[in-house]
Amino acid sequence: MFEVVSNEILAENLHKMVLVAPRIARARKAGQFVMVRLAQGEERIPLTIGDADPEAGTITLFIQAIGASTRKIVDTPVGGSIRDVAGPLGKETHITNWGRVACVGGGVGTAVLFPLVKALAEAGNEITTIIGGRSSRYVILADELGALSKNLLITTEDGSLGSKGFVTGPLGEMIADPACAPKAVFAVGPVPMMKAVANMTREPGIETIVSLNPIMIDGTGMCGGCRVQVGSETKFACVDGPEFDAHLVDFDGLSDRLTSYRKEEAQRHAATDCKIAKEVAK
Amino acid sequence: MSNDLSPKERMAIERVHMPELPADERSKNFEEVNQGLTPEQAVAEAQRCLQCKSRNCVAGCPVGVSIPEFIDALASDDLPRAAQVLRGDNALPAVCGRVCPQETQCEALCVRGKKGDAVAIGYLERYVADWAMQHPEGLIAIEAPEPTGKSVAVVGCGPAGLTAAGELARQGHKVTIFEALHDTGGVLRYGIPEFRLPKEIIDREVAVLSRMGVTIECNVIIGKTLTIPQLRSEFDAVFIANGAGLPTMLNIMGENLKGVYAANEFLTRVNLMEAGRRADSSTPILQRDEVAVIGGGNTAMDCVRTARRLGAKRAMIVYRRSETEMPARVEEIKHAKEEGVEFIMLTAPIAIVPTEDGWVSALRCQKMELGPADDSGRRRPQAIEGSEFDLPAGIVINAVGTSANPLLTATAPDLTLNKWGNIVADEEGETSIPGVFAGGDIVRGGATVILAMGDGKRAAAAIDKYLKR
Repeated sequence: MFEVVSNEILAENLHKMVLVAPRIARARKAGQFVMVRLAQGEERIPLTIGDADPEAGTITLFIQAIGASTRKIVDTPVGGSIRDVAGPLGKETHITNWGRVACVGGGVGTAVLFPLVKALAEAGNEITTIIGGRSSRYVILADELGALSKNLLITTEDGSLGSKGFVTGPLGEMIADPACAPKAVFAVGPVPMMKAVANMTREPGIETIVSLNPIMIDGTGMCGGCRVQVGSETKFACVDGPEFDAHLVDFDGLSDRLTSYRKEEAQRHAATDCKIAKEVAK
Repeated sequence: MSNDLSPKERMAIERVHMPELPADERSKNFEEVNQGLTPEQAVAEAQRCLQCKSRNCVAGCPVGVSIPEFIDALASDDLPRAAQVLRGDNALPAVCGRVCPQETQCEALCVRGKKGDAVAIGYLERYVADWAMQHPEGLIAIEAPEPTGKSVAVVGCGPAGLTAAGELARQGHKVTIFEALHDTGGVLRYGIPEFRLPKEIIDREVAVLSRMGVTIECNVIIGKTLTIPQLRSEFDAVFIANGAGLPTMLNIMGENLKGVYAANEFLTRVNLMEAGRRADSSTPILQRDEVAVIGGGNTAMDCVRTARRLGAKRAMIVYRRSETEMPARVEEIKHAKEEGVEFIMLTAPIAIVPTEDGWVSALRCQKMELGPADDSGRRRPQAIEGSEFDLPAGIVINAVGTSANPLLTATAPDLTLNKWGNIVADEEGETSIPGVFAGGDIVRGGATVILAMGDGKRAAAAIDKYLKR
């Protein structure tokens, strides 16, 4: 059992949860994730380790509660516990001192970006962080990322915070200006965003790393559910990733596989929503 | 009951038939197919054993169960003694009695099989093991051994790990099993469906180990949460039995389409995560009318029979050789056929055909014919030119095998691996690191439960010797 020591809401449906997991806290590196299962009979969910405190023996997870299972996970109160947390899994991020790097985060991807920015900053990189969301309500971790970055740029689709538009806007400007062009780009967020970033950096040949979030069951390589096409090879995101060279990833294939259970998910949502509605009606 | 029968009287008894659930009923649920023998059937079958001097059956058993002795006790209706003998040799008798390929092991060498039917050793093992589970009060209590003060870490809670743990605990060593998944049993739980091996059986076998003082820690991934060097510094010896690992891909067009599963994902969703089993299970699984399973081993049979139970109208095995070469157990093939599974033999997949929106619509196949034998001793299938055809399918499951998982070995640089990434271990299971032993699929590649158990037993003996040096 893994005790929940804090559980705060950062944005709509986005929780920051701190759990007691001493072994994982000691072993984890930036870029790695855990497999979480709330209770007997529940689904196993992969979640990025946002941060860790080896001395306190805790790990921090940022959880977007959109599916039936993640909603139940974030409903766990402080003092409550999660039955299964296994990890750290996946390869750690390859961190080096590139000099100038751009870190791009969209929505909950911003949370996944956080440990990368932290590790890149520790390695002495000069970081420009660009984060975005639909509106100001979906922009998270701005203060924390701002403290680690030389520049922090924010974009929102409705213009309610930072500049109006997408994260690719400021990134395009950076790339176009030889005085600011990054040597490496890290991008984490929705698949279309990562694809757009990859397309922008391909031509100028800027090394670009993305962190992928395919469907995953065991997280240890056994089931092969998380396979993605990278270059000419089929890779398993859990053991070969979750980070890959963005210029080689088949984003369309990934995006398509992520919809595999859309119908089944919708049916389950309907069932849950229905129950809630009935409770309210009472 | 008497066991003083003459050989002639023994020879006159016919081999028992295992009572089974009717095929049309069981192909819609996950109830265990084999219903177990009645007491009368079990004793009569045991009396068929000639108690021959040659003991060929024991030689055919990878864990060396004292088969004539436990059968003799059963034939005399002395179940406590039969159970005692069995428990002394085999940590998981109720599992072995259900999933071992007896027809190619103990029963293949039975003297009675030379003329007629071999003694149904597997059924008898199951009978005695099940009796023992139901009658703990009837068993002679196992005395707790004198603690040796030595500790052993076992990596993986599958058949090899459980067997080794049981043997080592019996010697008085303090054993801790580390399991990467959230539950025990390894492949026994995530891989083998309940209609062959009910989860309750695994739970009970594991409970026996716990009572012997074995500690099991789930959610600990050796190679990630803790490393082999860390275990080596905290324990006096280590046994690695972390299983086979990554699915082997087919490397054909379309294998990443929606609706294409690797066998382990399909089985794990249903067996470990209870998808499709309960209305309120939170793990989804795809259910389609036409399911094609590629492969001819036990895993392929488990997938196709599971697909049938999830509602497939056409559940098909596609295998590139003929039925004679199929590695699956004869009984699983028979059960699958009875349940309406179609066997499409001498057929190899060459591509998976998509619908416009990225789902599987068909498995493109090519007919094969058998040529001369290859390195595996089986006749090599050769493609017949111009024989391509499309098999309509909404789900395609790849059950062609697995390759070594690099997760543990990548963080243990001193561990010598072979060219396939499997751990190199000597006959007793010792690896290139002193005090670190290995067995099961991570050493031998994908094999059977009983071979893994044999490795566990041998390695435990070697570890015991090592600790007493």
